[in-house]
Amino acid sequence: MNSILQTKFFKKNGPLISTYFLIAIVFWLIFLIIIPQLYMLDLSFRPNLPPLLRGGSDDVHTLVHYKHFIFGSETSTDAYNAVDVGVFINTIVTAIFVTVINLCFCYPIAFYMAKVAKPNAARLLIVSLVIPFWINELLRSFALRILFAGEGVINNALLGSGLLDNAINFISLDIALYTGLTYAYILLMIFPLYNAIESLDINQLEASKDLGSSTIRTHWRIVIPHAKAGIASGCTMVFMLTAGALATPVVLSSPNTYWFTQLIYQWFNMNDNWSRGSAYSILLLTVSVVFVLLMMRLFKVKIGEIVR
Amino acid sequence: MSAGVELQNISVTFGSFYAAKNVSVKINEGEFFSFLGPSGCGKTTLLRAISGFLDPSEGSVLIAGKDMAGIGPNKRPTSLIFQNLALFPLMSVAENIVFSLEVRGVSKKERQKRADELLELIALSGQGGKKVHELSGGQKQRVAIARALAVEPDVLLLDEPLSALDLKLRQKMRTELRAIQKRVGITFIYITHDQGEALTMSDRVAVMNEGELEQIGSCDDVYNFPQTPFVATFVGENNPFYGKVVSVENGKVRVESSGHTFVARPGNIDENKSHSFANGDEVILFIRPESIFIKNENTTLDNTFSAAVHIIEFEGNLKNIYLKLSSDINVRFSVPNAVDTSELVSGKNVDLTFSTQKAVVLPKGVLAVD
Repeated sequence: MNSILQTKFFKKNGPLISTYFLIAIVFWLIFLIIIPQLYMLDLSFRPNLPPLLRGGSDDVHTLVHYKHFIFGSETSTDAYNAVDVGVFINTIVTAIFVTVINLCFCYPIAFYMAKVAKPNAARLLIVSLVIPFWINELLRSFALRILFAGEGVINNALLGSGLLDNAINFISLDIALYTGLTYAYILLMIFPLYNAIESLDINQLEASKDLGSSTIRTHWRIVIPHAKAGIASGCTMVFMLTAGALATPVVLSSPNTYWFTQLIYQWFNMNDNWSRGSAYSILLLTVSVVFVLLMMRLFKVKIGEIVR
Repeated sequence: MSAGVELQNISVTFGSFYAAKNVSVKINEGEFFSFLGPSGCGKTTLLRAISGFLDPSEGSVLIAGKDMAGIGPNKRPTSLIFQNLALFPLMSVAENIVFSLEVRGVSKKERQKRADELLELIALSGQGGKKVHELSGGQKQRVAIARALAVEPDVLLLDEPLSALDLKLRQKMRTELRAIQKRVGITFIYITHDQGEALTMSDRVAVMNEGELEQIGSCDDVYNFPQTPFVATFVGENNPFYGKVVSVENGKVRVESSGHTFVARPGNIDENKSHSFANGDEVILFIRPESIFIKNENTTLDNTFSAAVHIIEFEGNLKNIYLKLSSDINVRFSVPNAVDTSELVSGKNVDLTFSTQKAVVLPKGVLAVD
């Protein structure tokens, strides 16, 4: 104990603040993250047993849930579990798609706020972006549903103005879902981009222009390379949260579209199969993390840069 | 190819504030031209108007006789070197240098060749693969110059590019810049608040204050024949004596200033004409510190006065001696370091003298340091 008190950290911050930091960080890491996740990891390798049998001779480590994900139930005759794997792949691919759309949508806004708008206009813009997010995700999703429903605001407007003869089914086409998912995490894309672009010296832009560069090329050669870490940070965040979203898909997806989190939710809550739910969660987490690490490797971004 | 630049009645306003006010100047082809003035005098505004980053509120910018209105910075035959250089930190030195060729779709091979040529010009051969942050301050400076020259602009604009360097390097870069300008033969327009830089490099200098041009002329003219009290005090050091004209005879002006009477030559209105004064005019007489001497049997010039030594300041090559003519009038003169000043103790009265030819009389006006 004495040796801890002698460390630089303690000397620099004083005993009160140092102890607080230590306890807060240890609590956060160990109790809120590591222990639950480890517990879930362990649970995912155990059979789903009624409470009485838990800890008994049947409670052994098994790959049954992961097998179920790939090959389906033991009674099934299919070569593999087309439904679950299909939902899984669809979720990941859609999340990538949503992330890219989000990036394309947010980049101009972030650039405008960081480099073009006057300070007051930029502040106003930030406030007007933030305020809608005081409304919770579920409510925002329902609001979009009202907008996109068969007899919703958009269809009524289009039909009323004579632009359309028949209503568009935005829900079954999943347009509502994509819009909802893109909108849901927009701030988590805009702010890292804004921070990254904001730190770019305006003279760099002017120098590029002065040397004859077009606006697009200036962005391609100067702004985007500079903002790479912010782009990676925003994309990681949006991808992870989109792939793990629940409220938006529940409210906005078409009856035939399932989001992988909905399957997880079903295993946990409706089927009362916590160990299978855990296995599916671990799968989603692992693939998401691997995907992000791959992207970081591909774009040569270090993890330290992302969290900057 | 080189081109002349003409500013015709340029005004730039921000709200009710004039950053530049009715500035007209004709900069010749192949000339090294400096805008000299204190910070906030509008010189950077003019440079931005020439480069196209700013549209003048009134007046026009002509490059090679062509009106530049509506032509963006990427379409003008000018290159700008920024105060902080604005090199691209994520690109190599060579990529920086030929960026302007890259954006014009020049082939990679051609770019490589041009990069090598320019690296040789700036004595950085073989260092094109380095990252910008691996270079020293002076090397970065030279890369910025090479990058600006890569497109072969007609006019190179420089916005105080030496201000971040330390003194020695700054002096070296002055010589280098001048040499590069002679070699490439294009028009250089240089912005600075450092009169030393302006005077050592330029063919002509425009002195500016509060958005307006005070004087345009050769370095020699601006220093020796200031046309306004501002120029007299901003370019080099000067002692102002506020006074009134007592008489004007044979092109000499006799000025009475707090009990002393001095004779001086009238200052110029423009290059060819000098001010004409009448008795009773309120004027300022300027005499430079290096033109005042201690009076003795060998050195006696047409003006003499005596003052009490206050402080002696050691500057290295010079010693600056501050004297009090009266309680509120200070005079400063300089002697080379080699001169023995042990006699000049604080409070001692000394007799001083200066030549009529070196003293300039100008109508009363704003000084650079007030």
